[in-house]
Amino acid sequence: MKLDSKIPEGPLAEKWDKHKFDLKLVNPANKRKYSVIVVGTGLAGASAASSLAELGYNVKNICIQDSPRRAHSIAAQGGINAAKNYPNDGDSIWRLFYDTIKGGDYRSREANVYRLAQVSNNIIDQGVAQGIPFAREYGGLLDNRSFGGAQVSRTFYARGQTGQQLLLGAYSSLMRQVAKKQVELITRSEMLDLILVDGKARGITTRNLITGEIETHMADAVAICTGGYGNAYFLSTNAKNSNATAAWRCYKRGALFANPCFTQIHPTCIPFSGEYQSKLTLMSESLRNDGRVWVPKKQGDNRAPNDIPEDERDYYLEERYPSFGNLVPRDVASRNAKDVVDDGRGVGPSNVAVYLDFADSINRLGENVIREKYGNLFDMYERIIDENPYKTPMMIYPAVHYTMGGLWVDYNLMSNVPGLFVLGEANFSDHGANRLGASALMQGLADGYFVIPYTIGDYLASNSFDKIESSHEACQESIALVNDKMDKLLAIKGEKTSTEFHRELGKLMWEYVGMARDEAGLKKAIKEIPKLREEFWQNVTVSSDKDLMNKDLEFAGRIADFLEIGELMARDALDRNESCGGHFRLESQTDEGEAKRKDDEYAYVSAWEYKGDDKKPALHKEELTFENVELTQRSYK
Amino acid sequence: MADMTLTLKIWRQKDRKSPGKFVSYTVENVSEHMSFLEMMDVLNEQLIKKGEDVVEFDNDCREGICGMCSLVINGRPHGQEHGTATCQLHMRKFNDGDIIVIEPWRAAAFPVLKDLTVDRTAFDRIIEAGGYTSINAGGAADSSAILVPKSDAEEAMDAASCIGCGACVAACPNASASLFTAAKISQFALLPQGQTERKRRAANMVAQMDAEGFGDCSNHAECEAVCPKEISITHIARMKREYFKAMVFDE
Repeated sequence: MKLDSKIPEGPLAEKWDKHKFDLKLVNPANKRKYSVIVVGTGLAGASAASSLAELGYNVKNICIQDSPRRAHSIAAQGGINAAKNYPNDGDSIWRLFYDTIKGGDYRSREANVYRLAQVSNNIIDQGVAQGIPFAREYGGLLDNRSFGGAQVSRTFYARGQTGQQLLLGAYSSLMRQVAKKQVELITRSEMLDLILVDGKARGITTRNLITGEIETHMADAVAICTGGYGNAYFLSTNAKNSNATAAWRCYKRGALFANPCFTQIHPTCIPFSGEYQSKLTLMSESLRNDGRVWVPKKQGDNRAPNDIPEDERDYYLEERYPSFGNLVPRDVASRNAKDVVDDGRGVGPSNVAVYLDFADSINRLGENVIREKYGNLFDMYERIIDENPYKTPMMIYPAVHYTMGGLWVDYNLMSNVPGLFVLGEANFSDHGANRLGASALMQGLADGYFVIPYTIGDYLASNSFDKIESSHEACQESIALVNDKMDKLLAIKGEKTSTEFHRELGKLMWEYVGMARDEAGLKKAIKEIPKLREEFWQNVTVSSDKDLMNKDLEFAGRIADFLEIGELMARDALDRNESCGGHFRLESQTDEGEAKRKDDEYAYVSAWEYKGDDKKPALHKEELTFENVELTQRSYK
Repeated sequence: MADMTLTLKIWRQKDRKSPGKFVSYTVENVSEHMSFLEMMDVLNEQLIKKGEDVVEFDNDCREGICGMCSLVINGRPHGQEHGTATCQLHMRKFNDGDIIVIEPWRAAAFPVLKDLTVDRTAFDRIIEAGGYTSINAGGAADSSAILVPKSDAEEAMDAASCIGCGACVAACPNASASLFTAAKISQFALLPQGQTERKRRAANMVAQMDAEGFGDCSNHAECEAVCPKEISITHIARMKREYFKAMVFDE
């Protein structure tokens, strides 16, 4: 299979403008003749659905929650990047592009990343116009802060609730289109299959989560905006309902899955506390702007943090990375935390945590300033851990947070399946092997507000679409497949709950496909995960009502898929025998223990093709070419 | 603290049309570090193993921001902790041997779908009636073109931090959605971007709130007391002024 990324010709800075001009347009009066299904209502989904509806397309927008406003984008805290350069500190579109491609360790496409940086400024304009109450200076201008891995202040924020405010902005635009009947909103509905007709994506099969009814929805194109697959690890900062089923169903219908091993482990999460734990809680890494990370110098030092004198503390990030200090990128911060914990210097009841200490900032700026900046995060921490972080250093530890991999898309955000578009975290396109802080919100909204409105028109104008009824054999086949899978799950009536299987999968993933990976571990994972999957299909027990609201049945279906995705993640990690960004292979590191890329061998996007349940997936490679940046070894020293 | 054994009296209701009732369950080995919802997970794991139907309750982010969780715990929406959503409530606030009564939100405009899960789409329809600025993607001016006083932006943010959970409705003796509706009207009324549609917005959102079957506000302030985001009822006062202006003065 030849992967055509469809990157336009011409100088980098002119590609997107030229491409926009070259794309075919759908006449304003004809747009109402086309229909698009958007799956998911997070930043990517809500912005895509509202923007396409504003243009006049008929949009169906589907989500699993009771309201579009619940999508997990809402939980993003820290902020959103844009190249506005309001602080006059040397930022530019080029610098945002450069930082993003370097931060991603040169495993993303130059053209996509440059476009992202270009439209970043429009997102802030759009948000302000929507009435998003971004943080402001006393003079009334928008405030900026610096954020993990950046040496300029380019991050816009709304307290610690930036994701919430941006999502509610996109949601408000969406609801305006719902009121105009330009969007049909279908909530509490889960996509369980993709329907292809003549090789094109023409619809989806869903389960109504209230009545259990299996339904088909047909359209001229489908956009998947359903987020990432981080819950394959069981414990992650993703919401309980975050899942990869929609994207995985597309994979099984022929869409390629790209870079599945690229996962991001976020350095500032609240540590694990017990077996019953259902998820981990992230605290914005903006905390690293004012908090200092340290562990005791001595191994097994169990004194209370405030009893450990200054000269017995190891501020290891400041020590090892003098120029970036506590603000090194996420993967570097996470791996260093693992290092000191593995060295026996972890803190807290489990000894699997490091301190994040605000004492210096509180002395310098006053408690009030810290409260104003991070009050809600400190409150959240205190609620969970039952300690006051104004008085005692916080304990943090890395946790799975984001997945850079996802369905493969070309420059138009269309997958290899014609008519199947993929936006936001669900695609693989912009973050390479590591995503910089405050860039997820930027990408989701860039895709939805400013990319797909242009690129989908070209696809629709270039193709003709017969009307497809739900009696079509492709729909019937899909319904049968979905029903069959559910019936199988319900018929097993085994001994273990799906959560128990999920937890076991999570342990395998964290152990062998986690922060540091090696050949032996990955081979073990590739052996153990299919065994666990087999046991699941023989011994799971699922709460039995198919025709009623049944969260257990929903979860069982998603966990069945995670048991397949986990294996693909391990296979991809095994193939990529280099370290880059969030993917750290123990076999490939510098003398200083930093990630060592092998550009001659691995400067490609891996794109996996499903070949059947019992067959190995096929690997396709999209070579990455760099014409505008020089590939350097990342150094944050 | 040693692990706790608790008795839960939980509202079970098969679907929207069936009558519901309380059913008692015992949960053992509850750690003080568990969140309330993790304790509910333990119960559901037990039920699955016994081949019984799980207790349905809405939840998602478990970080207090998505607004999905919605339990009335011992008569109080989101439980006894001030400024805390159900998912952020921890079992260390309870004692061994406690009997805990768990109900869904109760309001005519929030019909029960199953057990502890209710239909809150009425909130979406209130937003649909005017909780937006009419701006299309691509049409916005530069974000620094209009200055906004910091104090206005901060107060707008106080209102905008509403998570749409509906605890305000569940706590109100009138089942009024005033705090929810006011928070959105107030956010826009405070910002320059909200000015052009100010009157229309107030009139239409209040009308939709009535149409959905929510009651009016009679100043009990129960909503403010249970709001996990501690949104102030001064926003309701602003909504009343906005509504009055919209009714008395022409567009």
